[in-house]
This record gives sequence, structure tokens and C-alpha cells, in this order.
Amino acid sequence: MSGAQGIDDWTTGEQAIVYQSCAACGAAQYFRRSFCAACGAPNPATHRASGAGVVFATSLVVRAATPEARAHVPYNIVLVDAAEGFRMMAHGERDLKIGDRVSADFRRFTDRLIPYFTRTKP
Amino acid sequence: MSFITGVGLTSFGRHEGSSTLDLMSRAAELAIADAGLKRSEIDGVLCGYSTVQPHIMLATVFAEHFGITPSYAHAVQVGGATGLAMTMLAHIIVGAGIARHVLVVGGENRLTGQSRDAAILALAQVGHPAYEMPLGPTIPAYYGLVASRYMHEYGVSEQDLAEFAVLMRDHAADHPGAQFRDRITVADVMASKPVALPLKLLDCCPVSDGGAAFVISREPTSEAAVRIRGCAQAHTHQYVTTIPGFDRMGAAISLQRAGEHSGIAIGDVRYAGIYDSFTITLAMLLEELGLAGRGEAAAQVRSGHFSRNGAVPLNTHGGLLSYGHCGVGGAMAHLVETQLQMTGRAGGRQVKDASIALLHGDGGVLSSHVSMFLERDG
Repeated sequence: MSGAQGIDDWTTGEQAIVYQSCAACGAAQYFRRSFCAACGAPNPATHRASGAGVVFATSLVVRAATPEARAHVPYNIVLVDAAEGFRMMAHGERDLKIGDRVSADFRRFTDRLIPYFTRTKP
Repeated sequence: MSFITGVGLTSFGRHEGSSTLDLMSRAAELAIADAGLKRSEIDGVLCGYSTVQPHIMLATVFAEHFGITPSYAHAVQVGGATGLAMTMLAHIIVGAGIARHVLVVGGENRLTGQSRDAAILALAQVGHPAYEMPLGPTIPAYYGLVASRYMHEYGVSEQDLAEFAVLMRDHAADHPGAQFRDRITVADVMASKPVALPLKLLDCCPVSDGGAAFVISREPTSEAAVRIRGCAQAHTHQYVTTIPGFDRMGAAISLQRAGEHSGIAIGDVRYAGIYDSFTITLAMLLEELGLAGRGEAAAQVRSGHFSRNGAVPLNTHGGLLSYGHCGVGGAMAHLVETQLQMTGRAGGRQVKDASIALLHGDGGVLSSHVSMFLERDG
């Protein structure tokens, strides 16, 4: 998965959110693979996402499962609908509400940098 | 054609010193005795998995331990839907004439066999290893995300969700095998420790030790048999990130297919055994299955609709939320209780009419669904 078509993302240590789009059916997908999960066409194109999106769901984690994660509680896990048409999981500000417009930067969580969404300034 | 001819269920909670195989064996003995069979008459074995004792061929390990030599045996893994998926497969196996009596068994010392952290971590692995797990989610967090969205879309409140925890505890109070039997109130649920908001401790099922088993047979072995009328599955996604819209999820799809196989409609159902890993799971499934209108399940709980004396008694043993959750055996307890209710053997918990029942299980994050209609024979 790392460096598919030469673009790294936060899962491989780069401060970037990356997605794929299918030339055949137009579907966007976040979990990278060598084909389009919607239609099966090979070689979806890989792009860097803008980091803009809308909050779809939130859950403030107070009880973590590992000592490493416990050092960060409480942390807000969010699902964000990205402007490019895919959905992703990330962290976000504590008070984010469903429907909020957000944009991503990167923060340290345990031993790595992860996407972190804050409300977009109007 | 197949029948649930015997059921067995241990108490759930702490079984200090009992292994996965001990708990599976205990439940299996009970189910085989209940069916009036001898061990040697069991010619098929289906078992689930154990997070405490992972093994690449658990059914064979169990058969060897239990002292039987079946002509058909393997494990099945569909998360929380495993028990009903095994029952569906047993129904197919005996219907095809491959075996006469299939033992379906699940059990695990999930509470005392590992640390709480290990249990939570093992289950969180249903998340995506690259795109979700590094973010520190837990199973309650996956369902917390789902809850936030469902509550937003359908106007469900945290107090509404609390009603399901209260109902399951009321039911568990009357079952001596339940892990938690002290009655609770909506205020207790609201005041319980936050876990993954909006879910609090009493919105979540506990981790338990326990075991459950049934025998699925081609023909009844006694008066106390229940007919499997039809079952079906639906698998729409694995990860919460890829969950489809909340207006039509896998539960409605598997229910529709089970209805087509059985000729039974949701309005015919007199008793319901529905997966309840969290209060939100139960609320969503009841509404998705059409046992309540969208956003209306909590009001139905308050009106007594799902109580023991209500129109559609629900999880009268206390469900995962209060009877407990030992993994694969957890949701099998729903079917054990349903079989007892349908055959008039539920004692002080007996409902008036359980002639037609709906069972529904869910695995992952509302990912895998199994729906099953049962009917009292005769």
C-alpha cells in the first residue's frame, strides 16, 4: 500500500491525506488498493486530498484500550466526508458537531502524526 | 426442514478457572441432554472462535476434547453474528442430509482469561489496520460514531438509548444466570462513566465468561422442538468508515430475504431476540427491522411493548447488555431463551405467546447480518 503510484500519506509517515478515483465509474475511495472497489476497474488514480470536508459523525473516547492511547484521553474520533467524495476517520476538536465544515492538519497521537480536523473559519 | 431440538446455556459472568473448552463442553452437555440425545448421536459440530484461545481448527479441538467423532465439523467466524450464522448453516446441513444432529456451540472465558485491555484491544481489531486502528478507536467508539449519526438523523436522545439498558436489566433481574441483575434507572445510565460518548458504561454490554449450545436436527426429538422457518444474511461493509446510509442497512436486507424464504412477515412476530451489544445497536436494529418506526423504539420500550407482558417481548433473559456477552456464546443466549419461550419452558419468565419469533444478529459494526424466523411446531 505504501507509496502506491508514488504518493505517501499519513499512514506511511507523510503529512498528507490521499485517495483514489476511478476513471471508469467515477467512484472515490479512501482505502487504497490496486482496483476500484465499486466497479472492479484496475489502476484507480491516486490524488492528494485538500483536507476540506464536513463532519459526518463523532465519538469522544474516554476509555482507551492501550496505555499509549490512554495518555491522550479524551480524544474525539470523527468521520469526515471529504470534499473529494470519500469518507475518512480522523481526530478532531472536542466540540465538533455533525455538519460542521472542517479542514485537516496533523497532530501527534501515540507514535505518529494523524489527521486532525478543526472547524473551518467562516 | 430443521428443528432446534435442544438448548444449553451456562450462567454468564465470572467462571474463574474455566477454559474456553470447559465452557463449550458444559453448554454442549446441557444441549445434548435437553435434546434427549447421546453424545455419539451428534454427527455434526459447528463452533465459533475464542479470542482467548485462538486456533486454526477449533471445532476439531473441541470434538477431540469432548470425545466425539463427527462426520462434519468446522469453525465459523462472523463476529457477533456467528451464533445465528452457525444455526443457519446447521439448518442447511441437516436439510441437505449431510448430518442428522448438528451441535452448534460457543463459549469463552473472555472475562477471566485475559485482561480487560486485551479484551478491548482484541475486539477493536475489526477496524481497518492502516486507516482506523492507528487512531485509537475501540468497539464502543465505532458504535459511538454510529450512535451520534443515528441520533442526529432520527432525533434519538441519550435518555432514549438508556431505556434499552433499563429494559434489559429488568428482564435479567428474573434470570438467575444473568451477570447483572440489580435494576437500574435511566438516571443511572445517564450518570454512568463515559466510555465513548454518546455511549456510557451502562450503554455497553459487559465482558463475560460463559457458554451456549444448541442441537439442530432433521426431525424433532421431543415435544420441545422449534422449527427453523427461514434464514438469510446480508454483508454490506466491514469498517465503520465504509458503512452505507442509515436509511437502509444490512438488517433490512437480510430480514427481507428471510421473509421470502419463510413466508413470515414482521407483523407476524410474537417474540424477538435481537442483538444488543450496545443500546444503540438494539435501537437501530429494532427500527431497521420494522419492529418499531424510525426514532420510535424508545417510546415503544416506555409503553411496555417489548416487556415480558407486552405485544412483542424482547430478549427476556436480559440480552447482551445484562445477561452478558462472552463472545460467540453471547448472542446464542438469545436463541436459547427464545427456544425456551417458544416451548413453554421459560418458568417465571414465560411469555403468553411466542409462537413465531424473529432472531437477528449483527457482527462487526452493523457489518454482517443474519435474520431468522422460528415457529413453534404443532
